[in-house]
Amino acid sequence: MSTADPALYRELEDLYARYAEALDDGPLDAWPECFAEECLYLIIPRENYERELPLAIMRCESRDMLKDRVTAVNETMVYEPRYLRHHVTNLRILNDMADEVEATANFSVIEVLPDGLPRILMCGRYRDRVRREADGAWRFTERVCVYDSTLVPNSIIYPV
Amino acid sequence: MNESMQIAHPPTVSQARKHWPENEYARIPYWLYTDPDVFSQEMNRIFCGRSWSYVGLAAELPGPGNFLTTMIGNRSVIVCRNRDGELRAFANRCAHRGVKFCRQHLGTAKRFICPYHQWAYDLNGELKGVPFRAGVKGQGGMPEDFDLNAHGLQQLRVTEHNGVLFASFDRDVEDFTDYLGETNRTYFERVFDGRELTVLGYTRQLIPGNWKLMFENIKDPYHASLLHVFLVTFGLFRADQESQVKMDATGRHGLLISRRGEQQASEHTRDIANLRTDFKLRDPRLLDPVREFKDSATVVMQTIWPNLIVQQQSNTIAMRQIQPRDAGSFELSWTFFGYADDDEAMTRRRLRQANLMSASGLVSGDDSEIIKLAQDGLVPYPDDDAVLEMGGRDTHDEDHMVTETAIRAFYKYYREVMEV
Repeated sequence: MSTADPALYRELEDLYARYAEALDDGPLDAWPECFAEECLYLIIPRENYERELPLAIMRCESRDMLKDRVTAVNETMVYEPRYLRHHVTNLRILNDMADEVEATANFSVIEVLPDGLPRILMCGRYRDRVRREADGAWRFTERVCVYDSTLVPNSIIYPV
Repeated sequence: MNESMQIAHPPTVSQARKHWPENEYARIPYWLYTDPDVFSQEMNRIFCGRSWSYVGLAAELPGPGNFLTTMIGNRSVIVCRNRDGELRAFANRCAHRGVKFCRQHLGTAKRFICPYHQWAYDLNGELKGVPFRAGVKGQGGMPEDFDLNAHGLQQLRVTEHNGVLFASFDRDVEDFTDYLGETNRTYFERVFDGRELTVLGYTRQLIPGNWKLMFENIKDPYHASLLHVFLVTFGLFRADQESQVKMDATGRHGLLISRRGEQQASEHTRDIANLRTDFKLRDPRLLDPVREFKDSATVVMQTIWPNLIVQQQSNTIAMRQIQPRDAGSFELSWTFFGYADDDEAMTRRRLRQANLMSASGLVSGDDSEIIKLAQDGLVPYPDDDAVLEMGGRDTHDEDHMVTETAIRAFYKYYREVMEV
């Protein structure tokens, strides 16, 4: 049972919506800004996560590393252009400790390639730690994206 | 039938005359990537023929009863340790009605029981029990001469070489070390030197292209020096560096070997548009390679016929297993590992460098995208050819990477096995 207050829910929902918007509609530069400077971001298959195997397909250990990923997506990687559309549901606050919160939510991400119909790229669960920083904004100190499938369709270019 | 009603259909791919001049390796016809009959022949002749397919790591099966399921070509296979700890491999296909009875990637079992009619097999794949064998209330049952021993699971040969497991559908396949050949064995034992391995995790991609495009990609150092901004910019793999391309005597296995260089342009790099001398990482921990092997090579990409890529790029080491699904798609199944004696800093380094090579790899992501574009491009043109003339038209080893020789060598052996 969660005892989190409705105002906190609304603030987190706003963070989650801004996060999705950065990836779905851009600018991508807004994505690292959803994170604290010291942070951890992982995209990890459920089979690894449940066996406590550490290998993630995307691993960023600081906001700077997130920015390096953005630079790679914008400037260095070669891929078909695509759109993502995030659907984030079932937000739940697990542990509310003043300015630091543990939360979880389901995600499914639809991908659209130039010659294809929309398809589900990935679905899974966010396992988050979120902190209210000195400027009053909530930011992720940790976001672990655990995806349910063993397979991913071709390549994961954008973060999820 | 009234002859005037007959419509002249163009020939299907399988009916068309598949022209491929003898001893031609510098032209690769596109029907090889699209024809379902070719695919089916590849499964029989290559994957289930006289070859050793990678099936897993000994570290995944530490003790008796441990098993894994994997694919050899498009066939599901179980590898396990029996009660005595000996390795066994058999088809994941019930001898009764063909059911793929085991659905777990990794697990522990005392026996395997098909869920359909509960036929039970032991850890050697031998049939031990058939429910209602003697009938019920004197009715039904199997014929009296039904022999359990004749209905075990289809057996494969299995072998271990320094912690790596290979299996074969062919009972007469040569010993694994002879199969690798001396040069490829030397490089194989560079990574697999007998030290205990630790699995760091898995990732699996479904890539919409023909499986051979994946092998070609890793046998092709020419593209790596042009396509991959990350490799060329940070000097991880670039045409101006000291490199070798080596094959075994048959051409089926291959090695791309190179040494790291600097992030700087020279007169030799002017064709490399993707060399970005201005590009700096904000968090350089992403690329913090340390030398860990005795020789001076910093990258060795080894391709082992018919289904394995051994990746050693800086400190990221992984098996990439090719599992063809059909002519137009394959699963690329990655197992990342380190050594049991790695310290925490080395493990962390390997995990960070996996950002370069994985299903969302800063480098390998380029490749899976290109493979899709190649398949998209060639499918409508089965009667046209790819051109492979970089570095000449022969299939020899080279002391540079401006060559497609390893792809030509692959097809030299492919033609022998496939008789095309």
